[in-house]
Amino acid sequence: MATTLTINGEPKSFDAPADMPLLWVLRDIIGLTGTKFGCGIAQCGACTVHIDGKPVRSCLLPVSAVGDRAVTTIEGIGATPTGAQVQKAWLDLEVIQCGYCQSGQIMSAAALLATTPNPDDSDIDAAMAGNICRCGTYVRIRAAIKRAASGRS
Amino acid sequence: MGVPTRDIEGPSRRHLLTGGLAGGFLLAFHLPVRAANEPVPMAYAPEGPFVPNAFIRIDNAGKTTLVMPQVEMGQGIYTAVAMILAEELDADYAQVALMHAPPNDKLYGNPTFGLQVTGNSNSVRAFWLPLRKAGAGARAMLVQAAAQQWQVEPPSCTASNGQVIHAASGRKLSYGALAEAANSQTPPKDVPLKDPKDFALIGKPLKRLDTPDKVNGKAVYGIDAILPGMKFATLKACPVFGGKVGKVDDSAAKKILGVQKIVVLDDMVAVVGDHMWAAKKGLDALVVDWDEGPNARLSSNDIWQDLRAASEKDGVVAKSTGDIAKGLAAGEKFEASFELPFLAHATMEPLNATVHCKPDSCEVWTGTQIMARVQSEAAKAAGLPVEKVTVYQHLLGGGFGRKLEPEMVVAAVRIAEQVDGPVKVVWTREEDIQHDIYRPVYRDTISASLSGGKIVGWKYKISGAAIIARWLPPAFQKGIDIDAVDSAVDLPYEIPNFHVEEVRAEPPAVPTGFWRGVGANNNVFAAECFMDELARKAGKDPIEFRRAMLGSKPRALAVLDLAAEKANWGEKLPTRVGRGVSLQPSFETFIATIVEAEVDDKGEVALRRVTSVVDTGIAVNPDTVKAQLEGGLIFGLTAALWGEITIDKGRVQQSNFHDYRPLRLHEMPVVEVHIVPSTERPTSSSRSSDETAPICEGSEPAP
Repeated sequence: MATTLTINGEPKSFDAPADMPLLWVLRDIIGLTGTKFGCGIAQCGACTVHIDGKPVRSCLLPVSAVGDRAVTTIEGIGATPTGAQVQKAWLDLEVIQCGYCQSGQIMSAAALLATTPNPDDSDIDAAMAGNICRCGTYVRIRAAIKRAASGRS
Repeated sequence: MGVPTRDIEGPSRRHLLTGGLAGGFLLAFHLPVRAANEPVPMAYAPEGPFVPNAFIRIDNAGKTTLVMPQVEMGQGIYTAVAMILAEELDADYAQVALMHAPPNDKLYGNPTFGLQVTGNSNSVRAFWLPLRKAGAGARAMLVQAAAQQWQVEPPSCTASNGQVIHAASGRKLSYGALAEAANSQTPPKDVPLKDPKDFALIGKPLKRLDTPDKVNGKAVYGIDAILPGMKFATLKACPVFGGKVGKVDDSAAKKILGVQKIVVLDDMVAVVGDHMWAAKKGLDALVVDWDEGPNARLSSNDIWQDLRAASEKDGVVAKSTGDIAKGLAAGEKFEASFELPFLAHATMEPLNATVHCKPDSCEVWTGTQIMARVQSEAAKAAGLPVEKVTVYQHLLGGGFGRKLEPEMVVAAVRIAEQVDGPVKVVWTREEDIQHDIYRPVYRDTISASLSGGKIVGWKYKISGAAIIARWLPPAFQKGIDIDAVDSAVDLPYEIPNFHVEEVRAEPPAVPTGFWRGVGANNNVFAAECFMDELARKAGKDPIEFRRAMLGSKPRALAVLDLAAEKANWGEKLPTRVGRGVSLQPSFETFIATIVEAEVDDKGEVALRRVTSVVDTGIAVNPDTVKAQLEGGLIFGLTAALWGEITIDKGRVQQSNFHDYRPLRLHEMPVVEVHIVPSTERPTSSSRSSDETAPICEGSEPAP
């Protein structure tokens, strides 16, 4: 199926089966490998992207369901003010270890801050509970979200 | 539809294409580089002109490239290695570029193993002196070159920030300007190393060099390899351990759009497609009649029965001091057994390898903890001489010991041999969990006797797999797996009659291997749980009970005391809240941890607070040490709370993160980590922390 998506502000045209999850379109067809495969069943959050600014697990989202909504991936999130703040806070606090889950963590955090500029702990719990990190960077993720929030205000 | 090749920007492309280093991509500081996916020459062509040793390259522009003998899987080793090399080299740290080492046991072998292994929590311990000597030797050659040019004595020159300086005359030369001349200098034999008080980099919480590319999707893991014309494959091994493929009906799979090929091997099937989605759908549509073989009825219950029976036998003595029979008879005797389950690693990056097999060569793109062994095992699988196999290292999306095994690459090679052109083989999460190489089941039996409030006899028997016997046979001496008993024989307490023995009992069919914290995660869990029980039997506070036996271990005592202070040990706690303590000596590092937990009336445990204190000798990068402790605690707490792989009908019952549950952010306690300042040789921090957590969790139930 010939499809055109707007990904990180640019139109991308490609052929893909209608039921193909966006994750594999991004990784295997477009070549944007920053979005990661972790579980395939929306359990781990490694594949999180934004669809019109909202965090979505791309491993279960059929490409045909995206329509004309804007797709933002980790490669493009730095162009948004919130994304840039989150990336900076992540580096300032050295959140990252192996880094494999962190694309998804950053996308979830950026989406949270876009709607909730000053999240409290329960907001952070709710927004980030779906993102697993096996290295165990949660302590710093929480701190970095608060830092990014304070940097914005 | 074509698979895109990567855009490679910046000078590093030129670097790699014009005689760059095989086997690695350049992880340039400030310059994201993606050259892992570019075919690079097979021969190891060292960049120069200054190539003083295997770890350092300096070009005429002064660019200093450091070759990483240990792999980066999140533990921060690339930064630590760079800091150690740059410290003694007096390089301009802000300008160093990093590169994965190619496979070469001789040049990059871990001194502990003689193999190119990243494991056993020993990267800094093992490479501390070799890297310092490499840096200092290179620096001396640069100084000699400058002194020769200026016709002054080398001791009248100093080096700093990538320059040699002759203070008396005010002359300076950059390392780049000296590169040619330095390369013809004779490397000095015994070059003095810096006094730790003069360290400018080591001991400082410097920024990690690998993380800037990990916030923007540019970091390249094995699973991100992209090659022109590449296909994608996913596989399914017989769900029953040891089973084989019987009949395969591929008629439906072949009809799936994008499916290119069905690969049927004796023990697995794989589907090759235009992308992972086609491969996955194809695999789901494949009808396989498995020949389940002799393990088709195996269950966890059988495995535990076997292990319990084996644990009744006498073991091989690993350590015995005093008179254990007399010691156990000398006081009131207590016994306990601890049974620990199989555990999967569940690295966030599922198993994968990209392979291009040609008739006379084979190339492998992957992330591994054992570069050279992967190369040799891939060569065996492909039926090629080892020099015909090239392995390109990548960042690892978690290792935890899982990537100390070459079998994922071997499987990918076997599949790739059936494919024309390169193929990326990616395991589904289900396949990754159901065909792991698991942390073994262990049964620990401890007998101890108490007299006068102290332990007078301690007999600890460990029963379980001897991973070392399979993984590194020469290290399996006299029936003892040194890893399986490591933290049992090194218990920090003074106990007059002390005895440790091991019963080797390999579980049937289920493959077992190293898992973060390795043997110590079992030893410390059992010993420290029992230590708390003994304290209670003796009517003592668990910290006071331990303190009284630590006279000869001041570093252990110090971390315990500081943990008690920081956690405010002894304060009154709310009802249903309790605390536990553990102390561990693993990998020459001392860690004391206090966990505070709450149990609700249904028995659910919630973690409230964790306080951990570590003495790891000189902390090369204290911020990384803290991060490793924070993360290791969570790894251990996850295992203690929920970790268990079970077997039914010869197959693993868990399959993904919904039933192999990791701790999530909203379940986190408050975590505090403190580092004890030290001038001792650096030890381990990357793994030692995760044993600690289960102990605390299990040790002091509320209230």
